[in-house]
Amino acid sequence: MHDKQWPLWEVFIRSKQGLDHKHAGSLHAADAAMAIENARDVYTRRMEGVSIWVVESKHIHASDPGEAASLYDPANDKIYRHPTFYDLPDELKHM
Amino acid sequence: MALSDSEKIFLEKIDQDVRIEPKDWMPEAYRKTLIRQISQHAHSEIVGMLPEANWITRAPTLKRKATLIAKVQDEAGHGLYLYSAAETLGIGRDEMIGQLHSGKAKYSSIFNYPTLTWADMGAIGWLVDGAAIMNQVPLCRASYGPYARSMVRVCKEESFHQRQGFEILLVLSKGSEAQRRMCQDAIDRWWWPSVMMFGPNDDASPNSAQSMQWKIKRFSNDELRQRFVDVCAEQVKLLGMRLPDDDLKWNEERQHYDFGPIDWDEFNSVINGNGPCNKERLAARVQAHEDGAWVREAALAHVEKKRRRYA
Repeated sequence: MHDKQWPLWEVFIRSKQGLDHKHAGSLHAADAAMAIENARDVYTRRMEGVSIWVVESKHIHASDPGEAASLYDPANDKIYRHPTFYDLPDELKHM
Repeated sequence: MALSDSEKIFLEKIDQDVRIEPKDWMPEAYRKTLIRQISQHAHSEIVGMLPEANWITRAPTLKRKATLIAKVQDEAGHGLYLYSAAETLGIGRDEMIGQLHSGKAKYSSIFNYPTLTWADMGAIGWLVDGAAIMNQVPLCRASYGPYARSMVRVCKEESFHQRQGFEILLVLSKGSEAQRRMCQDAIDRWWWPSVMMFGPNDDASPNSAQSMQWKIKRFSNDELRQRFVDVCAEQVKLLGMRLPDDDLKWNEERQHYDFGPIDWDEFNSVINGNGPCNKERLAARVQAHEDGAWVREAALAHVEKKRRRYA
């Protein structure tokens, strides 16, 4: 019998109210409902989460790590974007 | 031979303890080593459910039964974390399962031993999971990101496994004469296979040096084995039991326990398929996979039907 694979899903979990969903891992499931059920069993056996997102892995688009240097480098020399760049007197309070 | 730019960047990251992530360039040999190690690790978790599942229906109390079910469920979870980590390296789940079932991929040889008495559940938790933890804690810092992250999750959960095992033995060690005998017998049978779990001696482990250079492994087989022996030699005293090794004694000069020679013939024979349960374990996995085929197909058919209905 032809053994077709269930698609791969990425799992994101909110560990508690007020925090962002964070990538937890991936799993195989036939559809989204099953992916959420499986994610509950695989990734939240010890109260690790209060909310689960799943998305089929093929829908994730990622930046190219080879371009990381040119993508993120310019931020490095713009130190004036950080509050510590500005030299102010110690007497200045509440700033 | 001159290194390519990609290779230089890769080695620089390894050198500076910057994790390698799935889409980063990596040497083919690094990828292959990881796929082999992570998939074998996943297979070990999955096959490792079998010896313990053997005792779920016969656990002596409801508490022990609930614990054992939770532990076996964790092992399924650990297998799944690891399979998904391996998949980020470009190998399919079906391919890995196929390699396990055909015998091409190995799993930890410890699971080819039978679980004869209830005390074995204690000895497995204390010794087998104890050895696994000793191996796995340094893997939380492995250079490949998805593997390291899976191992963090695994190690968090593994600690309960070891403690519940030791507790089983502790209760038996304070029980009747027959229970104490059962406790000692389980330790006698599981000790040496657990010591072997760390793999061949360093001088007989050709891939170790490369794995350490790539920071997949952080400590050698013999270093970890020594740590395990040192820890267990003390812990066994709390049980009032003994480890089955006449050569085991504290070496003041080395500040470590000396221990007797390991029977590598037995190790190799079990790895090569001749352990007491190799055939049974693999047959159980293959049968579970084949028996589940209709479920996998039905789930896909159901999804397809729903898709057509709402299209």
